[in-house]
Parts: sequence; C-alpha cells; structure tokens
Amino acid sequence: MKLWQVDILSADGQPDALGTHAGSAAREMGISKDLDARGVHGFLLQGSLDQATADRVANDYLADPIAQRTIAAPVGSPVLSAPKTYGVSHGRLVHVLFKPGVMDPVAQSTLTMLRGLKYDIEEVRTFRKYWLCGSAETDVSMLDRLCKKILSNDSIEQVVIGPLELDKLSLGSPYRLHVTQVPIADLDDVELMHLSKTGQLYFSLPEMKTIQVHFAKLGRHPTDIELETIAQTWSEHCSHKTLGGRIEYRDENGTRQFTSMLKETIFAATKKIRETLGQDDWCVSVFKDNAGVVTFDDEHHVVFKVETHNHPSAIEPYGGANTGLGGVIRDPLGTGLGAKPICSSDVFCFASPNFPPDQLPPGVLHPRRVMNGVVAGVRDYGNRMGIPTVNGAVYFDDRYLGNPLVYCGNAGLLPVDKVDKAPKTGDWIVTIGGRTGRDGIHGATFSSVELTHESEAISGGSVQIGNAITEKMVLEVILQARDEGLYHAVTDCGAGGFSSAVGEMGETIGAEVWLDRAPLKYDGLSYTEIWISEAQERMVLAVPPDKLDRLAQICKKEDVEYAVIGRFVPTGKLRLLYQETEVGSIEMEFLHGGRPPVVRQAVYQNKPEETGSLGALTKPDIESTLKKILSTPTVASKHWIIRQYDHEVQGGSVVKPLVGPACNGPSDAAVVRPKLTSNRALVLSCGMNPRFGDLDPYHMATSAIDEAVRNAIAVGARPDRIAILDNFCWGNTDRPETLGTLVRAAIACHDLALAWKTPFISGKDSLNNEFTWFDAKGEKQSIAIPCSLLISAMGQIDDASKAITMDFKQAGNGIYLVGATRAELGGSHAAMVLKKSGGLVPKVDPAVAMGSYRKLHSAMDKGLVVSCHDLSEGGLAVAISEMAFAGELGAELDLTQMRNASFIDASEALFSESNSRLLVEVSPAHAKEFENAMSGVTWYRLGSVTNGDCITIQCDGTEVVNVPWRDLRDAWRSPLDFE
Amino acid sequence: MAKPKVLVVRAPGTNCDVETAYAFELAGAEAHRLHVNQLIEHPDLARSYQILCFPGGFSYGDDIAAGRIAAVQWQTRLAETLEMFREEDRLVLGICNGFQIMMRLGIFFDSGLTNPPATLTWNLQGRFESRWVHLKPESNHCVFLRGIEKIYLPMAHAEGRFLMRDEQARTMLHERHQIAIRYCKADGQTCDAGLAFPDNPNGAEWNVAGICDPSGRIFGLMPHPERFLFPTNHPSWTRLNPLPTHGEGLKIFENAVAYFG
Repeated sequence: MKLWQVDILSADGQPDALGTHAGSAAREMGISKDLDARGVHGFLLQGSLDQATADRVANDYLADPIAQRTIAAPVGSPVLSAPKTYGVSHGRLVHVLFKPGVMDPVAQSTLTMLRGLKYDIEEVRTFRKYWLCGSAETDVSMLDRLCKKILSNDSIEQVVIGPLELDKLSLGSPYRLHVTQVPIADLDDVELMHLSKTGQLYFSLPEMKTIQVHFAKLGRHPTDIELETIAQTWSEHCSHKTLGGRIEYRDENGTRQFTSMLKETIFAATKKIRETLGQDDWCVSVFKDNAGVVTFDDEHHVVFKVETHNHPSAIEPYGGANTGLGGVIRDPLGTGLGAKPICSSDVFCFASPNFPPDQLPPGVLHPRRVMNGVVAGVRDYGNRMGIPTVNGAVYFDDRYLGNPLVYCGNAGLLPVDKVDKAPKTGDWIVTIGGRTGRDGIHGATFSSVELTHESEAISGGSVQIGNAITEKMVLEVILQARDEGLYHAVTDCGAGGFSSAVGEMGETIGAEVWLDRAPLKYDGLSYTEIWISEAQERMVLAVPPDKLDRLAQICKKEDVEYAVIGRFVPTGKLRLLYQETEVGSIEMEFLHGGRPPVVRQAVYQNKPEETGSLGALTKPDIESTLKKILSTPTVASKHWIIRQYDHEVQGGSVVKPLVGPACNGPSDAAVVRPKLTSNRALVLSCGMNPRFGDLDPYHMATSAIDEAVRNAIAVGARPDRIAILDNFCWGNTDRPETLGTLVRAAIACHDLALAWKTPFISGKDSLNNEFTWFDAKGEKQSIAIPCSLLISAMGQIDDASKAITMDFKQAGNGIYLVGATRAELGGSHAAMVLKKSGGLVPKVDPAVAMGSYRKLHSAMDKGLVVSCHDLSEGGLAVAISEMAFAGELGAELDLTQMRNASFIDASEALFSESNSRLLVEVSPAHAKEFENAMSGVTWYRLGSVTNGDCITIQCDGTEVVNVPWRDLRDAWRSPLDFE
Repeated sequence: MAKPKVLVVRAPGTNCDVETAYAFELAGAEAHRLHVNQLIEHPDLARSYQILCFPGGFSYGDDIAAGRIAAVQWQTRLAETLEMFREEDRLVLGICNGFQIMMRLGIFFDSGLTNPPATLTWNLQGRFESRWVHLKPESNHCVFLRGIEKIYLPMAHAEGRFLMRDEQARTMLHERHQIAIRYCKADGQTCDAGLAFPDNPNGAEWNVAGICDPSGRIFGLMPHPERFLFPTNHPSWTRLNPLPTHGEGLKIFENAVAYFG
C-alpha cells in the first residue's frame, strides 16, 4: 500500500478562487498587503496504484477535464514541492488538512466511488495546499498569522508547512472495555466542583451534592457514563433549568415569585389563549415536541422551530452554522411522527464587518470571517437539503464580537394524523443516518457555559461539520417509513446525542441500550463517547419488531445505514451495556426528576424615561441622516447573503426576500406555498430590536413581537393565524440584573401575546453569552451581548395570489400611513447615526395595533392594497425610500397634516420608530373604499407615487427631502456588496 | 393520445424530483420518481418510459465535482439504459444538477466520458448564486424549446459556467446546432461575447445556459423551468396585470409531451 497525493489545480487561464480569496482576505485583515497565493485542492489516496492508474484516477474522476489539471505522485515526491510544477517561480508551501476524526464528506464519497470502480483503495483524505509568495515567505510571524487567521481554523484543521511527510492514513485503534468508576462519596465541596469542571460536566454544587447523596443511597460509586448522562440531561441546553426554574423577581411593581418562570409567563399566555378560543383553538402541540404545531388545512398541520447555535459558530463559524441549520431541520423531522421540512429562516448578529483587526481580543475571530463562514455554512446545508432559505435578518452591534449569534429556523408540513407518538414496550431502539464519532463531545454542556479566550483550545472537540446529504437521505427514509407506519416514535439526536434522545424517549418506560452496536466512524471510541457523541445526521426511532424488515428495505434502497442499539423495556431504568457488560444504570425518575431546582434572583432597575430630540435638522441634515441610516449594515441590503441561498427550491416561492422589477427591494416577509396542489400559503417573518433593550426590555419585547407580526401582516397574513416563537439570547443570567432584564421581557411576551391572542408555540434560550479575556495589561475584560430576543412569526394566507409586496407599483397611486407616530426616538437608528442619546423607547398599544392590522388585512383581502411595507429601523423615511427604489418610482409626500395631528416635528415624523405602522399604496379607483374600510384606525394620506426620479417630502410648506431614489438605493445597496 | 411516461431518477442528494415530476404531470405526462438504486437493481424498468429526466439537486453532495459521482454510477451500472434513450426516439432532460450529470457522462457528445469538448465548472464569482435570468433559445432545433421566443427562469447553482475546450470544439458545437439556449438581456438580446453579470449569472462562455445533442432530443440546462409553473413564482408577479394562468417554465414540459402527441 502506498500513499498517493493528487493535486488539482486550475488550468491555465482559469480562475484560482482559493488563492485569490486567500490574497484578498489577507489584505482585508491587514495581515499582508503583498500576498500572492496559488491555491490547490487535493486528495490523499492510500492504496495499490501505479503511476498510470493514479494519473487516470486523477484526470478522469477527480478533476474537471477542461477547467483543471492534475499532478499525481507518491507523497513526498519532489515534484509535489517544486514551485515550477505549479506555475509559480517561488513560494512558501503550506498544506491544510482536517484534524483526524473531523467529518470529511468529500473523502468519504471519493472512497466509495473509487472502490465502486474497483480501484484498490483503503482510505482517502482531502486537503488544501497553498503556494504563498510575498513577505510571508520570510516573515515567520506573518506566515503564522496567515495560517491561523486566513488559511485554516485550528479547531478543526492542522497546518503543515513544507511538503507533506506521511506514510499512511489511519484512524483510531480498537477500544478495550474498561469501566470507569468515579468515587464521589467522600469528596468535599471544593473537590466536587473541581470534578465538575475538569470533567466538563458543568454541574452546580447543589447538583453535585444531589448526585453524591443519590449514589450514597444506592451504596455504590457512579460510573463515568452515569455522570455524563446526568450532566447532559440536566444541562442548561437540554433542560432550560434557569428559565424553567424558580425565580424571585423584583422590579418597580414589587416582588414576584415564579415556580417556573417560562411556564408562568409565555406558556401561560398560550394556555389562556387556547382556553379562550375554545372550539376555534388552532394550536395542536405547543412547547412539548421538538417544534410547535398548528393547523394549516384539512390534511396538514404546520410546525415551526427556531434554534440557536451560537457557541459553536463563534469558534468554527462554518461548521457551527452548518450544523445549526442541520440540527434545526431535524426538529420538524423529529416532530410528531415526522414533518417534511419546507422552508428555513436564518437570523444572525455580528460585530461590525469593519471592526479594526488589530483591536480583536485574543481568541476572537474577525466578524467578517465569522460572517463569511456562517453564511457559507447555512448556504451549504440548506441548499444541499433542498430546503429554501426564505427569511432572515442580520443585526450588527460590536457587543456581538466575542459571541456572534446564529438563529436557524425551519418550518415543516405534518399530516394531521401523524401528530402523536409514543414508544411502546418491546420496540427496538433504532438509529439511522450518520455514524457516531468523537464529534461534538460535550456540546450540550459546552453551549451552556461562558466563552473565554481559551474556549477554542478546550472545546475544539465540540465543533462539528455537517454532511447535508446524509441528512437528506435520512429525511427520505423517515417520510417513507412514516407513511407506511413503521415506527411508534421518532426524535432527533441533538445536544447530548443518544443520551438525550434515548433518555427522553424512554422516560416513561425504561430502556436498555447496547452501545457496542452503534455504527462508528472509526475505532477507539469508549462506551461513554458513543453515548454522548453529538455526531450529526442521526435520528432515533422506536420500531415495533415486526416492522424492522421493511424499514431495513427502505434504508437499503436509500443507501442509509441503520442499527438496532437497544430496546424499550418496562423497567423505569436506563440501562447501558457494552459487550454484555453493564456500564451504567440510572432510574429514569432520578434522571428526569432528580435535578434540584435552580433558584435565582432577578432584579430589574427601572430607568426613568428620558425624552430626547434629534435637534433642529435642516434639509441637508435630514437627507444625509437618511442616507447614513440606509447605509448602516443592519438596514443595508443583504443581497450578498440572499443570493447565496436557494430560495426557490420545492417550487412554491410566492414572495421572495428581494422584490420589485429589479429584484432590489427588501421584502417584509417570505411567502411560500408548501403544497404544489394548493393555493394556501405560509408566511415567515421575524422581529428583533436589541437597541431598544438597552432602554427597557419590556418594550423591546413587545416591539419585537409587533415587528414580527406587522411584517407578516404587510405581505397579507391573516391576523388570526399568526403563531410566534421566542428565542432569548442573553448574557450571564447568574447576575440578578441580567436575569431581571430577561424576566421583564418574558412578562412582556405574556402580556402582548395574550392581548392579541397570538400564541407562542415553541421557544429556546441561550444564556451566558459573554466573552471574557485578559487584556495587554493583564486585566480581566468582558463583553456581554445586548438583550437579544428574536421573535419569529409563522402566518398563513388563504389564497397566495392575494399576497402583497412592498415595491411601489404605479405612478398616481395614493400613499397612506397606517398607525400613529409618536416622538419615540430612543434606540432609533436616527439617534444612532446622529450620536444622540436618550429619547423614548417605542411602545405598543395592543388594542390599537391589532385593530388596525385587522382592518388593513380585510382591505387587502378585498384587493384594495397594491403594496405595503412596514416601518421599522429608520422609520417613515427609510420605508418610503425602500418602496420607491424597489418599485423604481418616485414619490411626493406632504407630512404637514400628520405632523400636526401627532404633535411632533418634521424630523420626528420622518425618523420616529413608533411601532404598529405600515405604509400602504392604493390606486385612485380604490381610494374611497380603502379609506372607508380603515375607519376607526389612525391613517393619513401622505401623497402619491410619481414617475419622477426623486422622493420629495414637504412639511409646513417647506421642502425637507428631495433626493433621487437611485442615490438612496445605492446608499442602501453598497455597504455589504461584497465580492 | 396516451400519456407519455416520464422517469424522474433521483440519487442521494437529489432535491428537485418532486416538483419536476409535478411539472411533467401538469403538462399531461405520467411521471414516476425512482431511486437510482432501484433502477440499477431492475434496469428493465426504464423500457416503458419515453422520457428520462435527471432532476436538480446535489447528487452525492456535489462531492469531488457537481454530477461526478452520479455520472460514474450511470456509466458503470446503467450504460445500456442510457444508450437506449440516446439511440431510440426518446427524450432526455437534465435540469441543473441533472445537466451537470449529463455533461459528466458526455451524453451530448460522441466522445463519452473523457476529453469532452465542453464542461460545466465553477461560476466565475466562485460561489453559489441564486437569481432569475432571461434566456433565449437559439432555434426550434431542440425539441424542448420549440415555440419559445424568450423565457424567464430562476437559476440556483455554483458550478454552472459553460466552458469549451478550444476553437475546434466551438465550431463543432455551433455546426451541430448543439447550443440550445443562452442567457440574454431583458430585451432578448444576446451574443457570443459574454454578457455582463447579472445578465450572464456565472460567466458562461457564449452565454450558454443549455445545450442539446445533435438530434435535439437530449437537452440539459442550468436554470429551473420546474420552479416557474405558477404565475406567483414570477419575482414581480404582483406587478403583472392580468396574471397569466401558468408560469413560463411549463412550456418546456409541454413540448416534451407534445413530441409524443
């Protein structure tokens, strides 16, 4: 057996994307101004090949016949390290390889293909290779920074400078069983906490002591796998012990005791709504399954879930976001007996893409690199799965520097008779899909702890790379097996791996698990590693014995691997075996009910409201403020991201992320028809206002809900069929002040949801989003993220052809503002770009807001509205600009009447971010009818759409804005128009 | 007339099979989706089908190169089935990844797998791109494009840049009428010189978006006609008055059905 290296180069005259990208990234990050890099992709093939065969494999199967050329030689051959072979005169040679055990899907596929072609090949790995010319050839420190910051990510990859010197590829050696007992009986508090931390169990002291007492009663030591199982099950990530736990909360209204904070706020609102609706209750399954379920039509329900994958994305943005989306797609798939995923949404929070690279704290990746990686990770998973990514948003704030946020959502379609599931005694525990490896060990406990500059080093093993095609294949098997009724229950293997999946499924019965039967990626995994591995693309099924053969047939046809790894047995125990030896046995009751309640203090210090003003703004001030807001990255066009996502696959696209004749206008929400045979449509939208949270988290939360809902309303969603999801991403909630802001937001969620009868159906939280490090002076520094409550909304439209887009349609049409404008500029984008502090935070008047949404919807339903756009960041000025450039039409407005009636000045009228407002375009023929339909609602006719090139706005007889829409479009489009 | 039967073959990672089969059904055909493993086990199944379709997606993850692994599988396990569709009076359609598989198979050319006159490679921008594009058929030579003056379709791919080997290849493809459809400007104008992005969304040589075999029966294209079956798929349908009854993509499937009429 020989180890061959096959290098794939772009042919003469063809672009070298890999090398070019390295060069431009090095310049952007300020690492090297003169880097000229040549990039090469390659394969290491271990097998019996001769030179002619190696050349044939390289040319016929591994490279493009025209666009690429190849060099094949045994590893170590001089030809592979001779610059001339690669068309460069000199340069430093660098290889980048995956660390052993990291998922390498291309290598796997290549191995399968070449073996299928009868080549005698044992093992394959891929790598990248660079010839670096410029200062980096001699500057060792520059070379080091290039390798670490541009060419590789050392959480998953290793760098070899110079030629490769390997003689074989091998992975793992056979594992020999050794059961590890952990003596904890005699440990004192300090020793218990030391064990908790060094074992990456992250138990609190009361939890450690509860475990100590439990095993003392049993009269034995726990084994390592038992401690791990309890750690996974009790982790913040899996059990949400903080928000689901006891909290004593104090604010300006006094003290409130929560036995379970979430149950008494958000869940309680949904419960009350369902009771009020009675017969008309349209929730099906809420806060119970992997995703929330609501009715859609007679045959199907729709399900929706949004998850976060923040900590892994901070360390390895591509893999973190990739598996974030992959993970949330498995949520609908594991809901009921399996929903078919139909569309995804993605919301990100980053620090400024222009953050000075030399000011980055140690261990932090540059926001541009994070953003590139995250977008690519979502792109590659969603596109490969064939699930359109239709909705999203990106928020920029430098407090996300150490903790970028990645929210991934997925909606699915579930047949109405497939909602209920429960494993039955005697069912096999079957795993299908990906193999188990060391990937993601301690992911669940890791995502519940604070990141530090050392996290990259400690937690590298928790980073995973996904393989979307495996998940797509699993999806095909699940949906067929579901329709044939081949299993009683299904769930996904997410955080905690088998330990969480099997532990949860068997909670009321009991389970016996044979860990040695799980298919492994490579040898050498201990029984504990198998049990807690978070290897991706695995689902667990409860299969009745008489259905196993048929399931096996489907798996074979779809090329999907399955294994029986245990059985549900009526013992009330989780019994774990490895090669017939018992390695763990835990009472289900202790596992799921034994965790001591977490009791936390929460305090909210009410800040007095501060009025503020933008000051007297002249026309040039107003115009430049408008352009600056359009150019802030949060508002600016996201086409660079959107165009990398497939938003059309599955064929049901109705309202796309970018609309208008030039596909250049930011849509308020996405509309898709999930069934090709039906005109019924689903709407996805979102709302989030981290800046308002700095002023008052209560109003931040109601603003986020209002924004998500009004975005859905803007495209035509029925107000009475909007379900919402909460995702709380917060700082360290051990601090009463931080937890206080969260509780206050949760109370707001309860209040507005209940007032609107808009149910929360699912949610998730991610706490401890703080980053600590030691600065150059050796002082401890820390950044906490702002309060980041994402509200995602899922709406419905009875007839897709009644959906509305935000682009102006026709000159001569009337422009109406629906909703009241107040002097609410606190946390506004105008205040931000003008560097003004203070101002009132926007509030929501629940009755008024829903009243106007209902009337507006019925006007839309009657066909009276031709375009509609929500007012959010930047207020009226930004909304009118976006509608104009999206429709490639001008507009003439007069704000006098609106300003007078609202007791505000012109700049407040233009830039206030008051909630519950929408701009609406109505044709002259329908003006009267529209105005009548909106009676009882605050509305103003502001002006008309024109054929002109400009947006002109008058107020009190003076012109306050006169700008060509093209200028506004360019200001909006250019900031994130990356190469 | 009897409905022509369409075989929509999927592989691991194929993801446009459902809507593509639906498109053929809507056009009046009878479409069946079959996993390539089932076809390998029972190649005779293919005999009763008049139309073979390779739908879009990421067969085998686009690992190594888009369409590569699926093509190797067809070449080694289903060569006779492929030859049957090539030689007999049947139709073959490949969309996006399906087109990439067909290019890797060399089905459009005499040369087979090695040394083809043209290839599909990475987009000039080096990444996946998703947008709507205007397209203009070269002529009525390709069965699937008959009667189409101009068509507007979404594209969504990373490896769709059409690239020819050399001058000889260009001449041959031109003379044999194999250039079937090109990216064009909104007004239908196109040319041999490359149009600027985004009219030409990937840097394709000669603005080529799809090609056919010399007979015009075997056709592959990068954009997705099955994603424009409904008027509400159009990116600015809210500006169209009146709204057409169907999307423009349907015509391609109707042409395939009409061929057997």
